[in-house]
Amino acid sequence: MKHELPVTARIARVILEAEGIRSVILPVRTEVRPGQFAMLWLPGVDAKPVGISYHTPETVGFTVSAVGPWSERICALREGDLLGFLGPYGNGFTLRGRRIIVIGGGYGAASLLLLAEEALRSGLEITMVIGARTERRLLYRRRAADLGLPAVFATDDGSFGVAGRTSDVLERILVEQSVDTVYACGPEMMEKKVAEICAAAGVASQISLERHMKCGFGVCGACCVDRSGARVCVEGPVFSGEEALRIEEFGCYHRDGSAAKHFF
Amino acid sequence: MPDLSVDLCGLKMANPTILASGILGISRASLALAVRGGAGAVTTKSISVEPRKGHPAPIIITYSGGMLNSVGYSNPGIDNVADEFADVRDVGAPVIGSLTGRDEEDYAILAEKAGRLGFDALEIVLSCPHTPGYGTMAGLSTPEITERITRRVKAATSRPVFVKLSPNVMALTELAKAAEAGGANAITAVNTAGPGMIIDIKSRRPILGGRIGGLSGDALRPIAVRCVFEIYEAVKIPIIGTGGVSTGEHAAEMLLAGATAVGIGTAVHDRGADVFRKVAEELSALMEAEGLRSIHEMRGGAHEA
Ligand SMILES: Cc1cc2nc3c(=O)[nH]c(=O)nc-3n(C[C@H](O)[C@H](O)[C@H](O)COP(=O)(O)OP(=O)(O)OC[C@H]3O[C@@H](n4cnc5c(N)ncnc54)[C@H](O)[C@@H]3O)c2cc1C
Ligand SMILES: Cc1cc2nc3c(=O)[nH]c(=O)nc-3n(C[C@H](O)[C@H](O)[C@H](O)COP(=O)(O)O)c2cc1C
Ligand code: FES
Repeated sequence: MKHELPVTARIARVILEAEGIRSVILPVRTEVRPGQFAMLWLPGVDAKPVGISYHTPETVGFTVSAVGPWSERICALREGDLLGFLGPYGNGFTLRGRRIIVIGGGYGAASLLLLAEEALRSGLEITMVIGARTERRLLYRRRAADLGLPAVFATDDGSFGVAGRTSDVLERILVEQSVDTVYACGPEMMEKKVAEICAAAGVASQISLERHMKCGFGVCGACCVDRSGARVCVEGPVFSGEEALRIEEFGCYHRDGSAAKHFF
Repeated sequence: MPDLSVDLCGLKMANPTILASGILGISRASLALAVRGGAGAVTTKSISVEPRKGHPAPIIITYSGGMLNSVGYSNPGIDNVADEFADVRDVGAPVIGSLTGRDEEDYAILAEKAGRLGFDALEIVLSCPHTPGYGTMAGLSTPEITERITRRVKAATSRPVFVKLSPNVMALTELAKAAEAGGANAITAVNTAGPGMIIDIKSRRPILGGRIGGLSGDALRPIAVRCVFEIYEAVKIPIIGTGGVSTGEHAAEMLLAGATAVGIGTAVHDRGADVFRKVAEELSALMEAEGLRSIHEMRGGAHEA
């Protein structure tokens, strides 16, 4: 039987990424594919799905935005505190082509950084687009500079970088250049826009979906989407743009922890 | 090719495998995933009267011997599943609606409301070992209460009613007889055993959010087979043998113990959502090798004539 028990360790490093967003680095060796997530476990409290945003041979790290009771507690943790995780889970992204665009909205950028790192290592031509509501919430400005990652920043209020949405930036780039694959993770309406823009332009896309997850490994059914029944935690979280657009509830509704529907 | 088809209380199944309650099963789409994976019939996740959020995660963990779960019956409540399950024809196989209540009154309400939805049969769970207020923790696993609740549910619906029993009781055959006396059309045996606990030694905390969880999978199988064997000798109604089935050999073991159909849950984890097709194909190959043409020739084969 394949075991799904959490690995627990003391936090090696906490990084203040932006207002209300922190990363925690654990000294745990694990194999990770870009785009995979883990069930991050605060012992005795709860475990929730979070993308893997940092990885070295000796460490694995997560970037968490404080949006509710659990994530606020994660963001209050300090170096030396105990934290566990189950995983990594999910399919992850597949690098395709020579020229790619990687678009992250809000904490969605977290699930894309390992992909961007791999693309740089493989010598691909990459443009990263990172968006947020406002400058104080923008992720990875320093990290992008340190990596030498060509990045375009966009804020809704124009306080930093391009004023406007990441999908507008994408449309502009697609007019100017030929692109092989577009990768996206962020708020669902942004993801839908990206998938539609790419479909219209005839460009391949890979989209990382978010659904309520309880187990993370395909048993509980919480993350099954209508009407294919695909489990976002196993068959996803990454779907091709065409697959995503065929998911009836994509950009329409999602289910909460009791399986009740909520419309976007 | 051996004939694997089963008629379970009027449910026409292409093979004897049934998706057990609580694995996938939150929506028609998730049930259809199991049908595409070869399931002969499927069971919904248990539905209660009120909406339930369930326990914090981890809700499911696995170890070398099997799985522990403390899902906590998360579901939107019977009134909110009406849209989802009013018509279940697009699932592609018979659908069993699983119902869980705190007492007789709950079951009467659930049966009446669920009986109006699209389910081909109803399964009443009197046996969850780890959810306070439900199942064995609410004292529902006594012969008197089992018979009373079964009778109330039968009176409230015209659908076949399956009663799901716990492996944790000593008087198992008494419970099965009580369910039969109350009018049950079949027995589902068994629910999870335990409950058990696994502790993370670094943080010194039980890992499951609900701290304790029901045991399923490999460790449960010999217990489940024994339960099915005993129940087969005690009652005449069909048995859905459930617990640790993940291969065709395991399914054959259940049939030989006396099961008419086999429930599969935990094996979705090890062998994927198409475990049903794998089990059915393995069972078919095994029967062919033994020169058997129909699974009826296997049922109860482990009992002396
Ligand atoms: C594949 C995947 C990757 C994710 N990656 C990240 C990440 O890298 N960084 C990050 O900050 N967040 C990420 N999330 C979202 C994160 O799981 C939620 O923000 C977190 O669960 C909120 O919990 P809470 O108690 O703080 O807030 P709550 O107040 O409980 O909920 C706030 C919001 O989070 C959603 N949510 C709550 N529980 C869950 C759950 N179990 N599964 C999915 N969504 C839930 C709710 O729908 C709600 O909209 C990811 C989610 C998924 C599915
Ligand atoms: C994650 C999980 C959730 C379950 N939820 C329910 C449930 O809601 N209702 C129920 O009657 N049984 C529930 N069960 C019990 C199963 O239906 C089944 O009886 C038991 O797991 C034994 O079969 P298995 O070893 O094939 O999993 C659950 C089991 C698991 C593993
Ligand atoms: S989170 Fe449990 S099946 Fe996907």
